[in-house]
Amino acid sequence: MSRQSNRLAALAALVALGLIGCKREQRRFRETPPAATASNAIVMSTLQPGPAIVETGIRNPYEDNAYAVSEGKRLFDQMNCSGCHSHGGGGIGPPLTDNEWIYGSDPQNIFSTIVEGRPNGMPSFRGKIPNYQVWELVAYVRALGGLQGKAVRTTRDDHMMYKESEQARDQGHPTPTFVPPTSVKQ
Amino acid sequence: MTVQRSRAQLSAVTRFALCIAPFFSACSGFQSVLDPKGPRAEAVAKLHWTLTAIATIVYIIVISALLFALWRASTRPPVIDEHEHHETPEQADVMKRGVVIAIAATVVIMLTFVVVSVSTGSTVARVGGTKPLRIDIVGHQWWWEVKYDDPDPQNIVNTANEIHVPVGRPVLIKMTSTDVIHSFWAPNLGGKKDLIPGHETTTWFRADTAGVYRGQCAEFCGHQHAKMAFYVVAEPRLDFEKWLGQQREPAKTPTDSLTQSGERVFLSGTCAMCHSIAGTGAGGTVGPDLTHLASRRTIAAGTLPLTTGNLAGWILDPQSIKPGAKMPPNQIDPQALQALLAYLGTLK
Repeated sequence: MSRQSNRLAALAALVALGLIGCKREQRRFRETPPAATASNAIVMSTLQPGPAIVETGIRNPYEDNAYAVSEGKRLFDQMNCSGCHSHGGGGIGPPLTDNEWIYGSDPQNIFSTIVEGRPNGMPSFRGKIPNYQVWELVAYVRALGGLQGKAVRTTRDDHMMYKESEQARDQGHPTPTFVPPTSVKQ
Repeated sequence: MTVQRSRAQLSAVTRFALCIAPFFSACSGFQSVLDPKGPRAEAVAKLHWTLTAIATIVYIIVISALLFALWRASTRPPVIDEHEHHETPEQADVMKRGVVIAIAATVVIMLTFVVVSVSTGSTVARVGGTKPLRIDIVGHQWWWEVKYDDPDPQNIVNTANEIHVPVGRPVLIKMTSTDVIHSFWAPNLGGKKDLIPGHETTTWFRADTAGVYRGQCAEFCGHQHAKMAFYVVAEPRLDFEKWLGQQREPAKTPTDSLTQSGERVFLSGTCAMCHSIAGTGAGGTVGPDLTHLASRRTIAAGTLPLTTGNLAGWILDPQSIKPGAKMPPNQIDPQALQALLAYLGTLK
């Protein structure tokens, strides 16, 4: 009897283990109401007049969510972020894969960078991208900088490889690279 | 008592008929392999019926032989002692001949199958006709981008989910995909062909009868694979030319104040980030080109018929219609929405 209950407990533990992956893969297709995530609580400075409010209560709902990070990656290309930041490597705009953040690396900082724009070239996407998609972009940008959990971090983009991937290379003809020693003239 | 039994029998028959009816409902209609409308699908349908007919005859012969053997065995006296039972030489000869005939027949039938299917394969592979119309198709999650190329860039037509073709002229399709593997399949016109990211594939078909044929993605491609349909509209050559000429036009500039403000809503909000309307500043390439949206039959890749109500529902909350679709929900004031719908309605 006790052996059976032990087995049951082991089984329950296994099932529980399987459930750990659920949050990471949670896909929230329908935000209710749409664009409900507020942006006006974001502050640029920690200095405040009057009694200080430490907690702003803003957090990225998509932090550590693999689906959101992959959606962010899609949007990063489709909204032409790559046009300046070049797949995170930087070009006209600063690189996003290093650990230097001009305007802060917190989710709310990146959110306001995208929504408000920044001097010297970063355009403002206010009203052009729904808030929840901006948060998805934030999740991806943080993943680029290595600020997301290892479980949801994307691999380095194909364009950012120091060597072109095998699939992306031109299909050449196989060339002999090994010359048998017998054919070498003495 | 008898009446009751006959009623019970009848209901059993009805039940059987009801059970098999769905299998036959697929035999005709606007998305069916068994209702071919072009040479490519016809060849495959003919192959299907040939193989089915031969297989049915073989099945009937084999089952009849089995039943005959069972019946004959039941009429003979039972064998008491296994060791006493021996065939006469004549009986052995008859049996040997039977086996040889069966093997020969099987080989002949199999060879026939090979010949028939290889000849079907060559019919399907060769483009039937000259001067094919060239169309580029790009698969997206979860819609079809359709491009009619032209040497003059001004004449390139970009549309979505609706492929217009002239009757009787072969159509050569060059396909690729932007995200995952999709598969182009219009059952009435031909077999499937995959759309592979980073790689070009080609297929062709010819519609010999005017009509509207439904096709859909035939390779599982994510959440909304089932709602990734398209329509092939086969029409007489003149109608097709007229359609193509109209699709080449840029969108008309709105004239009244309602549609003008609708255009402003489109251009100032999220819409223009993904969609194009030729003749305006909207040049997004993420979603379908909307220059002639109002001339199409459906929205959301064949998911809903194009009506103002459906369009409004789709714009406000696409995720309730197609969960996972790449179009985000939009918050638009009722007045702005009405203006936007009026503007989109002018995109004929």
